[in-house]
Amino acid sequence: MIRLGVPSKGRLMQDCFDWFAARGVVLRRTGSDREYAGAVEGVEGVTPVLLSAGEIPRELASGRIHLGVTGSDLVREQLDADEVAEVARLGFGRADLVIAVPNVWIDVETVDDLDAAAAAFRKVHGHRLRIATKYHRLVRDFLTAQGVADYQLVDSQGATEGTVKNGTAEAIADITSSGETLRANHLRILPDGLIHSSEAVLWASRAAAWTAEDRAALARLSQMLGVPGVSV
Amino acid sequence: MTSKAVIRAEGERLLAAFLEAGAVAMEADILQPAGTLLDLYGEDIRARAYVTDDPLRGEMMLRPDFTVPVVQAHMAHGAEPARYAYLGEVFRKQARGAQEACEYLQVGYEVFDRSAPETADAEVFALFRDLLAGLGLRPVTGDIGILMAAVCGLETTERRKAALLRHIWRPARFKALLDRFSGRAPVPVGRLRLLERLRAGSPMALIEEAGTFVGLRSAEEIVERAEALLADAETPPIRATEAALLYDLLTLEAPAAHALAHLRGIAPMLPAIVPAVDRFAARLEALAAKGVAVETLTFEASHGRTALEYYDGFVFSFVAEGMPPVASGGRYDALTAVLGAGAFIPAVGGVIQPGLVARLRGALA
Repeated sequence: MIRLGVPSKGRLMQDCFDWFAARGVVLRRTGSDREYAGAVEGVEGVTPVLLSAGEIPRELASGRIHLGVTGSDLVREQLDADEVAEVARLGFGRADLVIAVPNVWIDVETVDDLDAAAAAFRKVHGHRLRIATKYHRLVRDFLTAQGVADYQLVDSQGATEGTVKNGTAEAIADITSSGETLRANHLRILPDGLIHSSEAVLWASRAAAWTAEDRAALARLSQMLGVPGVSV
Repeated sequence: MTSKAVIRAEGERLLAAFLEAGAVAMEADILQPAGTLLDLYGEDIRARAYVTDDPLRGEMMLRPDFTVPVVQAHMAHGAEPARYAYLGEVFRKQARGAQEACEYLQVGYEVFDRSAPETADAEVFALFRDLLAGLGLRPVTGDIGILMAAVCGLETTERRKAALLRHIWRPARFKALLDRFSGRAPVPVGRLRLLERLRAGSPMALIEEAGTFVGLRSAEEIVERAEALLADAETPPIRATEAALLYDLLTLEAPAAHALAHLRGIAPMLPAIVPAVDRFAARLEALAAKGVAVETLTFEASHGRTALEYYDGFVFSFVAEGMPPVASGGRYDALTAVLGAGAFIPAVGGVIQPGLVARLRGALA
């Protein structure tokens, strides 16, 4: 039996259920509102597992679920590329992981400028320029690839846009869809600082135990969903 | 013996040889304060070292190398000149599926000596060569000091030189900057847009127009850089002939004696490299005196540029196909100044991985 991890609440859950329903696979929550149980209609051999979207990458990596729907930002941040296969991009939950700096930094337009500003900042302040984020790996890989030095990442698990105003960071790297919250906090996105374009993706775990029956069920599901099969 | 015991025995043998060569045995804590290492190496070290948290001491790192604690110990209470040797585990995160271990023994030898740096370079290299003899390793050498001297000698602004020097250890970034400063690459669109905006008004007025001021980076710092950008836009490109010499230098790979002749040949056009080339010549003499065949010794001007950034002179590795460098090392004079709180001493050293030596000896099951 294929275990399909789906977000257990909120907008992401609803969009996910709608996406599957539009393709003839009906996901439902069963029991009371507080009980995370579910059912699938329309395809044999698949059982839903309702999970917090943030836990789905870990469950995919460990192989406790065969398939899972969650944001590509979370998967790319937490997993290596070969731990999962992308089954389908679902086209919702879109948001960009971007670098933003204070709008008053009129001398900073590119990542290149950020690097130069970081060098000067370190000389004046005696510590590296701090970038607040919860996406440590994605941000570090991006900045390393761009050859940025003299920065440090500071962890921020929420209200990241406020860290600059509060004096705990000089710049931020955060997920945004409209950029409104950034602007409200007097920050501006660096046009070439797009680290990752995230959207909801249906992933297949490479660590899960795929029996012959599971593979057959995956083939049936892929056909119903109208996506090319993946080898797992 | 288990493979761990075999590797430790190999490490002990190498350590004994280092002590025999006159080194004092040195111990270092496995848990190192993360701050110092992060400050030196930046975020890249966080991706490669294990960071753990202590409620009282803050972030701690599982020793990613011995260089920092050894330099710190020497700067705090070492007598000069000094030779140190150590043996112990270091810890490095490896990518999934990587061959390399996350935890392995490292044995090292470091020389702190003001008197004759080139002799010390040769001493370390020759000692490593002797200890690794018979393993079929290929030595590769380089000299980051020559590159740094060449950059310092460019006919351009101090700001541009500083930008290039800062990225010596990031070859891709270095090349992008050099391409731009020498006019080989066009000015990026983002920079053109920025310059256009800066020319439209005074920096201070632009800052005020930008709205609420947030962040620790002050208006003075922003204005200073804005003005520097405008000045830089007026700076003429690095002359094509001069840039060509630097590109040539970056890609120079030749047997060491030939490389010296080549450098002597270009030195009249890049006079700033003369002292560094003289040091290179002195080192080759010292190496020859130790029986190193400098006519065939591999020299690559860019060797060591992708290592953790602290080597600033002679660099070397001993390599075999299909495995990480078995031994590597070099000169790190600037690091002693950074960690020495004002004090400074020329230093050179290197490390060997006993695990790889044991593997090459066929000692591992």
